[in-house]
Amino acid sequence: MIQNLVDGVLVGSILSLGAIGLTMAMHMLRFANFSHAELLSIGAYAALVFDGLFGAIHPALPEAIPPLSLTWSLTLALLLSMALTGLSAVAVDKLVFKRVRAKGGELSMVFASFGVAMIIRNILGLIFGLNPKLYSQDIVFAIVVSRDPFLLIKPDQVFTLVAALLIMFILHLVLSRTTFGYSLRAVAENPTLAQVSGINLNRMIVLIWLIGGGLAAAAGVFYGLTNQINPVLGRDLVLPIFAATIVGGIGSIYGAVLGGFLVGLASNLALVILPSGYSPAVPFLIILAVLILRPHGLFGEERT
Amino acid sequence: MIGIISYLVFFATVASILSIAVLGLNLQWGNTGLFNGGVVAFFGAGAYGTLILGGTPQAGQLGGFGLPYLLALLGGMTCAGLVAWIVGLLTIRLRHDYLAIATFGVAVAFETVMRNTDALGGAQGIRGFERPLRETLGNGFTYNLAFFVFVLILLIATYLFLERLIQSPFGRLLRAIREDETAAQSLGKSPSRVRLTSFVAGSVIMGLAGGLYATFYAFISPQDVLPILTFQIWAMLIVGGAGNNKGAVMGTFLIWAAWTASGWALSRFAPLEVQLYTGSIQFVLIGFVIVGMLLWRPQGLFPEKLVVSQSAKNKSRLSNT
Amino acid sequence: MTALVARNIVAGYVPDLPILKGVSLSAEAARVTVIIGPNGAGKSTLIKAIAGLVPVSGGMVHLNGAEITNPRPDRMGALGVAYVPQSDNIFRSLTIRQNLDLVLRNAGKDAAARREALFTRFPALADKQSEKAGALSGGQRQFLAVAMALAINPSVILMDEPSAGLSPKAAQEVLEYAKSLTEQGVTILLVEQNVKQALRLADHCYILADGRNQVDGAAQDLLNDPVVGQIYLGGKRVTHA
Repeated sequence: MIQNLVDGVLVGSILSLGAIGLTMAMHMLRFANFSHAELLSIGAYAALVFDGLFGAIHPALPEAIPPLSLTWSLTLALLLSMALTGLSAVAVDKLVFKRVRAKGGELSMVFASFGVAMIIRNILGLIFGLNPKLYSQDIVFAIVVSRDPFLLIKPDQVFTLVAALLIMFILHLVLSRTTFGYSLRAVAENPTLAQVSGINLNRMIVLIWLIGGGLAAAAGVFYGLTNQINPVLGRDLVLPIFAATIVGGIGSIYGAVLGGFLVGLASNLALVILPSGYSPAVPFLIILAVLILRPHGLFGEERT
Repeated sequence: MIGIISYLVFFATVASILSIAVLGLNLQWGNTGLFNGGVVAFFGAGAYGTLILGGTPQAGQLGGFGLPYLLALLGGMTCAGLVAWIVGLLTIRLRHDYLAIATFGVAVAFETVMRNTDALGGAQGIRGFERPLRETLGNGFTYNLAFFVFVLILLIATYLFLERLIQSPFGRLLRAIREDETAAQSLGKSPSRVRLTSFVAGSVIMGLAGGLYATFYAFISPQDVLPILTFQIWAMLIVGGAGNNKGAVMGTFLIWAAWTASGWALSRFAPLEVQLYTGSIQFVLIGFVIVGMLLWRPQGLFPEKLVVSQSAKNKSRLSNT
Repeated sequence: MTALVARNIVAGYVPDLPILKGVSLSAEAARVTVIIGPNGAGKSTLIKAIAGLVPVSGGMVHLNGAEITNPRPDRMGALGVAYVPQSDNIFRSLTIRQNLDLVLRNAGKDAAARREALFTRFPALADKQSEKAGALSGGQRQFLAVAMALAINPSVILMDEPSAGLSPKAAQEVLEYAKSLTEQGVTILLVEQNVKQALRLADHCYILADGRNQVDGAAQDLLNDPVVGQIYLGGKRVTHA
C-alpha cells in the first residue's frame, strides 16, 4: 500500500510534466493532441544519443553521480534533449499542425495528431529497434526504507521526483512573477484580448511548443531513468497524460500538475485491488469519473 | 485460377466488412462532425457480443448462449450501441476534445479488459463459435462465397439506409448541426440529442461490422481490436472523402488493397531482418497517408458534392453584435 | 485636425458576406466621436475592423495621414491606438497589478513608474492591486480596462460600448472619464447603445444602419434633431432588418 503511494507520486510527477505542455497547447490551439506523448519518447531517445556522445567526448562524464545511476553526461544530455525536443515540437507544428489549422479544420487537427504520433513512434522504433533500452547498465540497488510496511526506493526515483518538482517550481515562478508568465496566462484566458494587449499570438504558440516539448523531454528522460526506454513509451503514456489534463481542467497549468499526481496515485493505488494487467484501463475510469462528477475538471472553465 | 478467385472472395469479404465500419464512422464524422478515437471498441463490442451470444459453452468462459445467429448478431450490435450510449451521454455536450479522448480511452480500456478477463476469453480470445449453416454449406469455397454474398447484402443495406437517412429531415439536421450548432439550436432542436443519436447509430453499424468480422473468422481475440484498426478505418474514410458514402466504400477497398499489398510485398521481398519491422513500416506509411491527405487533399479522393446550407450563410450575421 | 479616417470600409467575417458595406468615418483629434445605430448595424464590426480584428476587404484606414488598413492587432499599441473590447476586457485570472504589468511589459525601466502613475490616477484600483481582476465590480473592471489602454500612452482609444452592463451611475462615470481624456489630447472613438448619455458627451456622431452610413453630424445637433430623437431617444424603437 505505502509502496503504491510512493510509486504513484513518482509516476505522477512524470505525468505532470507531460500534462503541462499538453494542456497549454490543447487550450490554445483547441485540439486534443494525441502526438504530445511522443515528445516524451523523442526526449528519452535524444538524451540516449547525447549521453553516448558526451561519454565519447570526455572519460569523466560517464561517471555516475553517487548514489544515483545518473551520470554527468546524462545530466547534460537531459538539458540538450529538452532543447531539441522543444524544437521538434515547433517543427511538427510548422510542418503539419499550422498548415492544417490554416485550412480551418479544428477537428482535422486531431486526426493529424494521430497520424503524427504513428509516424514518430514507428520511426523511433525503426531507428532504435523495438527492444527496450536503458541509460545505464549498472545496477543500482533499491534502498529498503522500511521493512514493515515494506518500502523500497531507488535513489534515481528520489532524484526524479526532486528534479520534477524543481522544474515545476521554476515554471511557477515564471508564471507568477514575470511578465512573460503573465502573457502565457493571458493568452490562455483570452487570446483576442491578449492580442490587442500587444501579444504576438504566433510567437506565443512557438513558445508554448518549446516549453511543452522541453517539459515532455524531461518527463521522458525521467521515465527512462526509473523504468526503461522503448518506442511505445508514448503509446503507454498518452492516456494517463490526457487523464491528468482532464482531471485538472483543460487549460489549467496548475490543474495539470495536480491532475498528474492524482492520476499517478490513483493508477498505482488501483493495483492494490486490481491485477496489474488492468492498469492501462485505469486512466479511462478516472476520465469517466471526472466527466460524471466535475466535467470541467478541478480548475477548468466551461468553454464550448 | 480457383486460388486467385478464392483469394479475391476472401479479400472482398474483409474489405466489405471494413466498409460497413467505415460507413458507420462516416455517419459520425462525415455527417455529424463527431470524432471517434476508438472505433475498435465498438467494432470489438459487436464482435465479442456476437460470439458470446451465439457461441457454444466453454469452460470458464462467459456466455455460450447458443442464440440463433441473427439474434446473436443483433445482440452484438446492441452491445456496441450500449457502449456508445454511455460514452456519448457523458461527453457529447462537452468540447469536442473530450469525445476524442474518451473514445480513445474506451478502446484502450476495452482491449485491456478483454485481454485480462479470462471469462471474456482473455489473451486467447473467444472460441467455441460455430459458423452458421456450416453443416449445409461445408467449410470450403462455397461457404466463403455464400458468406461474401451475405456481407455484400448487408453492406448494400447499410449503404442504402445511410443514403436514405442523410436525405431525410434528420440528415439535414445533422448537417445543420455540423455546420452551425447555434443556428440549429435556434430551430428548436436539441443538438446534443441529435448528435448522441448519430453517435450511437454509427457505433451500432461498427458493431455490425465487428460481428461479421468475428463470424468470418469464427474467432475474436484482443489482437483483433488493436488501435491500428482504428487508424486504418480513419485512413479509409479520409482517403475516400468524409461525408460521402460512395467515397467511403471506395476508400476502404483502396486502403485495404494497399495495406495487404504492402504487407505481402514486405514479407516477400524485404530482407529477413527488415521483416521484423514490417508493422512499423506499414504504420509509418498509414501515418503519412493520414497526414498527407489532410495537408494536400482534405476533401478526399472522392469528395462530397458540396451542399451549402442556409445556416452557413447566416453564420456571419450571428457573430455581429 | 483629423486623427483617424476610415473610407468606404467593406468588412466581415466571411469573404462574400460583408457586414460593413462601405462605411466612412473620421475622428477629430482630441475629440469624442460616437457611433450609434440599431442592433446589427455593424458598429462593433467597424471598430474591430479598425483595430485589425475583422478583415477589411475594401476601403482604407488612415491614422494621422498614414495608412493602417488591416493592421496586426498586436501592433496597434505601437501605433498609438488602444482598443477596449466590450466585455471580457481584462484578464480575470491575473491580479490588477499583473494586468497593468502585462501591458507595460515592453516599457523597460519606466514600467514601475508608469504603473504607479496609473495607480495615482485610479486610486480605487491601487487599493485592490493584489486582488484578482475577476473580483472587481463592473465599473471598476471598466476603469481597469481604460487604465490598461492608457498604459501604452495612446493617441487614440477605441471603445466598444464602455457602458454596457453598468449601472447608470457607473456608466456616467466611465463616459465622463473618457471625455476628460480629450483634454490631454487623446482622441476617443466609441460605440454606444446608451445614446442619450453618449450624445451629451460626444462632439461628433455617426449613425449606422445595415452596414452603411445613415446620418452624421455634430452631437448637439443630432441630440436636438426630432427624427433622430424619435428613433433613438426614447421614441418608438425602429428595428432595421
